[in-house]
Amino acid sequence: MTSLGHWAGVLVTAPLVLLARAVDPLLRAWQRWTGIGGMAAFFLLPNLLIFGVFVLIPIVLNLAYSMTGGTEILLAQRPYVGGEQYARLLECQDYSRPLTCREDQFWTAARNTGLFVLFQVSLMVAVSLVTALILNREIKGRGFFRAVFFFPVLLSPVVVGLIWRWILQREGLLNLLVVNLGLEPQVWLNDRVTAFAAAVGVSTWAHMGFYTLILLAGLQAIPRDLYEAAEMDGTPPARVFRRITLPLLGPNLAVVLVLALIRGVQIFDEAYVLTGGGPGTSTLFLTQYIYEVGFASLLRNPGLAAAASMLMAGVLVVLTLVQLRLSRSSAGGQR
Amino acid sequence: MTIRTATAAIALALAAAPAFAGEVRIMWYSDGVEGEVIQDLLSRFEAENPEIDVILDNVAYQVIQEQLPIQLASGQGPDIARVTNLKEQAQHWLDLRPYLSDPAYWETNFGDRLDWMREEGSDAIPGFLTQLTLTGGFANATLFEQAGVAIPGEGATWDDWIEASRQVMDSQQLPAAFAVDRSGHRISGPAVSYGANYIGEDGNPAPIDDGTMAFAGKLVDWTSQGLMLPEVWVSAAGTTYRAAADDFINAQIPFYYSGSWQVANLSTKIGDAFDWVAVGTPCGDAGCSGLAGGAALVAIKYTQNPEEVAKVMEYLASEPVVREFSERTLFLPAHAGVVAAGGLQFQSEDPNVQPALEKFVQASTETLPASDALPAWRWANAYYGALVTRISQVMAGELTLEEARPLMDQDIADQVAAAQQQ
Repeated sequence: MTSLGHWAGVLVTAPLVLLARAVDPLLRAWQRWTGIGGMAAFFLLPNLLIFGVFVLIPIVLNLAYSMTGGTEILLAQRPYVGGEQYARLLECQDYSRPLTCREDQFWTAARNTGLFVLFQVSLMVAVSLVTALILNREIKGRGFFRAVFFFPVLLSPVVVGLIWRWILQREGLLNLLVVNLGLEPQVWLNDRVTAFAAAVGVSTWAHMGFYTLILLAGLQAIPRDLYEAAEMDGTPPARVFRRITLPLLGPNLAVVLVLALIRGVQIFDEAYVLTGGGPGTSTLFLTQYIYEVGFASLLRNPGLAAAASMLMAGVLVVLTLVQLRLSRSSAGGQR
Repeated sequence: MTIRTATAAIALALAAAPAFAGEVRIMWYSDGVEGEVIQDLLSRFEAENPEIDVILDNVAYQVIQEQLPIQLASGQGPDIARVTNLKEQAQHWLDLRPYLSDPAYWETNFGDRLDWMREEGSDAIPGFLTQLTLTGGFANATLFEQAGVAIPGEGATWDDWIEASRQVMDSQQLPAAFAVDRSGHRISGPAVSYGANYIGEDGNPAPIDDGTMAFAGKLVDWTSQGLMLPEVWVSAAGTTYRAAADDFINAQIPFYYSGSWQVANLSTKIGDAFDWVAVGTPCGDAGCSGLAGGAALVAIKYTQNPEEVAKVMEYLASEPVVREFSERTLFLPAHAGVVAAGGLQFQSEDPNVQPALEKFVQASTETLPASDALPAWRWANAYYGALVTRISQVMAGELTLEEARPLMDQDIADQVAAAQQQ
């Protein structure tokens, strides 16, 4: 068996070894010529190419679209209008009252997205933290529960939206439960408050496993001896949490917070399938607005959609910079 | 999103594949069984014309609506497509006249509705309607009978219908009395029945008028009274299309306003669960008008094989093929010769089908001129989109109807301005 395994290994790795030997002199020559910086550039180049083609060029194209008008799809056929689309989006008498804005649906979507981020991120961080704290304890079936909480992360957002739609619709599972309890069934997705709460709750359910995992890793990195020392001193659990767990989990919490913020601003798939933006426009979020204007409307307006997405990208860039800063300070703190 | 993206990507990849000599690629969507029927008809064509290879790409309707326009804009796409957005994409259709053996046949049999798919002022022949549609209502006869409520007869108004449906709802403890598909197209025939006219004297959109407001006001009132099923209109934002067919099929509503294209769907899914009847369009102050429309098969001008495309189109537009297609799919034909000859034997054992189709044929004679003008009007979609978006907001309590009125006018004006910005 050993011999068989050995030869199978040789067979698999042989082409790689041959390739490595073939390119090795070339790489050495490259390193002599360009130095260590040149080697770094060489290995980064493939990734940069992919990033450029699929991220940078689309961003530049999107910026170009945002400065054009008309309904034609091809950029070359679209007239240049400068900042007209941005002016249209930003024209408003009172930003707190979307109906006074020229593009009232954009501002309604922006307000909804802001509220969604506020509620969803708060809930997400709280629930993920509690779940991580529980899963960090020596409980029975810990591995099973870790898998259970992570499982929704693996589901397609469309599947998540459909599952919860079936649960929350008029003839859904929740109403079956409600009726069995002798209560009046509700049309949960038709009420502004419950529909919005459903969007927040479902999104939290779908993604909390990921954030729980990050926090769990942070919890497990906290040295056990700190807790043992606190226990010997008779420190109450609440104080242990406040003085040991929270400070040492700070960097992970910051990352979770910013990632959840970015994800919250981008909310689309599951909310779109779940509520379609309704009732009325109470769960219309920015990404759905952009999708509707640019793609789904009977008369599309790609320029307006591109301008809206550039504004949204601006918010995401700010959040990403915050995340980078937090990551750097957290890395610095650990050193 | 993942499924839609994957479907779109596959369709895009298929349609973007280079055309080979003698190959004709058709992008097709189905509401019912027409995909199988057209495949069968095309197989016969290929047997008779072995030099032409016809490939039928069955795609979701959403691909036709969202992906095909992008392909067309980049000068690509299939050779033939089945579409419903006929007028706005007319610049991409191929004028078949130079390739047809008998263009006069097309003018004679499809001429009435060729303007629906032509650019303004053009006399091109881009294709033909595979089906003529008309909006209209359906009633669950069994529910009416169980409730002891008579189905309203000829000349009954919308108020009569909703009152009768309310009685059925109360009697049978249903969640709602009726539903209308969430679509600006669907409510436009009824709005015209209340005196609406969308088209201004200069051909541009007219301001929202009292006729439109009258029917919109009724829909809003009926929704607030719990008579119209809220899941369809209220539970979505923007111009999202939602049909209420499943609610009717599941006997949740006794009255459903949609259109003739639902006949095959209802027949297939309802089976013998209950009896249903087509009832035409209830009346308003100005008439009892539905709104005509249809799906067309059009040739795409970017094809590399126009002669072969014309040959396929001539075969599919021929009288016997149109007749067979209509009889097997339960679609109303748009072929003047087939309609004039009559005697269509719709292939269904469902006793509800033949009377339903006959009712739609009869209702097609009752449409008003303001409604007849809409299918060929360039700005119809701008109007429909504004109506759906804003009326839904009113139903959800975000706006009053009077607040919605200038917003609808502004939405339409914005769409027109954007489209004219060249």
